Amino acid sequence: MTIPQLKELLKAELISEHGAGDTDIRFAKASDLMSDVLAFSQPVSERNTLLITGLTNKQVVRTCEIAGVAAIAFVRGKNPSSETIELARQCNIPLLATKLKMFEACGILYTNGIECASPHNDE
Amino acid sequence: MNKHESQSEALLQQEFAIQGGDFVNAGESSCKIRNTLREIGIDSDIIRRIAIAAYEAEMNVVMYAERGVMRVDVYREKILLTIDDKGPGIERIDLAMQPGYSTATEEMREMGFGAGMGLPNMKKNADTFKITSEVGKGTRLEIRILLDGKND
Repeated sequence: MTIPQLKELLKAELISEHGAGDTDIRFAKASDLMSDVLAFSQPVSERNTLLITGLTNKQVVRTCEIAGVAAIAFVRGKNPSSETIELARQCNIPLLATKLKMFEACGILYTNGIECASPHNDE
Repeated sequence: MNKHESQSEALLQQEFAIQGGDFVNAGESSCKIRNTLREIGIDSDIIRRIAIAAYEAEMNVVMYAERGVMRVDVYREKILLTIDDKGPGIERIDLAMQPGYSTATEEMREMGFGAGMGLPNMKKNADTFKITSEVGKGTRLEIRILLDGKND
């Protein structure tokens, strides 16, 4: 799924488009806990992964850069600071912002075929 | 450093100073390490594991210590990441290694960290993980990742 398609589905605003062009989102993870974003990072899927979060500090972008997450959607109407946006621009991580709640954003994306980036495994 | 390591020559070395409490720049050194490893063509999954371990370690220095030094040594067959900090040290390493155990402040948690996942996550991404600490002095982490595969 392209960034413009995500924007449309999430009724979002594209607040940083650097890196948006070649991004193909197929997986997503939703968390306000960056420790968990790192802890549940998977080898193959990250570059096609969107992070859905309500946290807007710079460490969110850093975390995505470190884990190789491709794009971020901020939910609950949260807007990142200009420093966060600037860092995302440098890291080529496109940013979306929506008023939808995290649960709603997840539901919409799940229904539209986006898969869990680190699915539960019973084994 | 064991005998074998001191004998083989590092292909690349980098060192970074980390300032305790500097939440604004936290993670910069880990990103630089990530970019360097990318430039020299290290496998992307290895880079991801090293970057995650480095970032968790860097955040720990920023959150808990006065200052620290992070060093990366790239060898033909492995990468060593060493983080030395001057800080309070860890009294009970066994507790600190338990997922979920944390002494983080509210400020750290608000940033999305301090959930007690740092050390266990570093260990998970490492092939070998060594932690030594002296209360009132500081903590030293040695993380080794092999370049010929392994780890889950």
